Amino acid sequence: MVQWTDFERATIQGVFEKMDYDDVGPAALSRCLVVYPWTQRYFGNFGNLYNAAAIQGNPMVAAHGKTVLHGLDRAVKNMDDIKATYAELSVLHSEKLRVDPDNFRLLADCLTIVVAARMGADFTADVQGAFQKFLAVVVSSLGKQYH
Amino acid sequence: MELSFSNSYQVKRVGSYSTTRNMPRINDVYFQPPRTLVVYPQTKTYFSHWKDLSPGSAPVRKHGGTVMGGVLGAIEKIDDLSAGLLTLSELHAFMLRVDPANFKIFNHNMLVTLAMMFPDDFTPEVHVATDKFLAQLALALSEKYR
Repeated sequence: MVQWTDFERATIQGVFEKMDYDDVGPAALSRCLVVYPWTQRYFGNFGNLYNAAAIQGNPMVAAHGKTVLHGLDRAVKNMDDIKATYAELSVLHSEKLRVDPDNFRLLADCLTIVVAARMGADFTADVQGAFQKFLAVVVSSLGKQYH
Repeated sequence: MELSFSNSYQVKRVGSYSTTRNMPRINDVYFQPPRTLVVYPQTKTYFSHWKDLSPGSAPVRKHGGTVMGGVLGAIEKIDDLSAGLLTLSELHAFMLRVDPANFKIFNHNMLVTLAMMFPDDFTPEVHVATDKFLAQLALALSEKYR
């Protein structure tokens, strides 16, 4: 089981409480599709992804970005057993969606960058450390049911 | 991995933040509390010869400046990084012996810092160009290792 310090717990709760999901979700996913273009392979039916402007303006990308970000809520509420919380989602991503688990890490990096941009100086090294640790646990849990 | 003309342009723009209206800001990057040592504590193993490894300490800040200077200098040599970074690569390979995995860590923190300092300018296009450049930089720096 992952050990969380009081600071880490408080930081994660605080970051997600203050987060504007409608802004950060779409921003993180669209950034991922631009910076790591091979991730577009999973969104063949999303329509126009031909360039950065199209991706950032695409309503399906925006909607999906919000969905994915809200998916993190479960981990935020169950920090003491993220692995069990995501067991089902892991099976979904592996068996049905067939997403290469390395992509979780790529999206997590983009999410970190977007949150850093929104928080500015408040995104201190300690906050970054806690946030990245949290995302690392999420990423690992989502990859757990891949066989 | 070739840097396209537009990638190079984007990266030079980022570098030029030091010579345009944003001049104070890029110099601030030198002084951003160095986060690598805090977020990735394993990197501290390279600096056991400093007594004080806290983010605000003098040797840490000075070293942040040295490394940033190297990155900015590399932008000038963007068209032939291997040749331009030969000496630095030899330094890292034979003298410093820094595990190249740490270059990725530094690159990530560089991107985070840029996002924090220039939230409106660090668009996804600038992000991808900078990420590609930093990856090329790390590759050039690793060339002499083996």
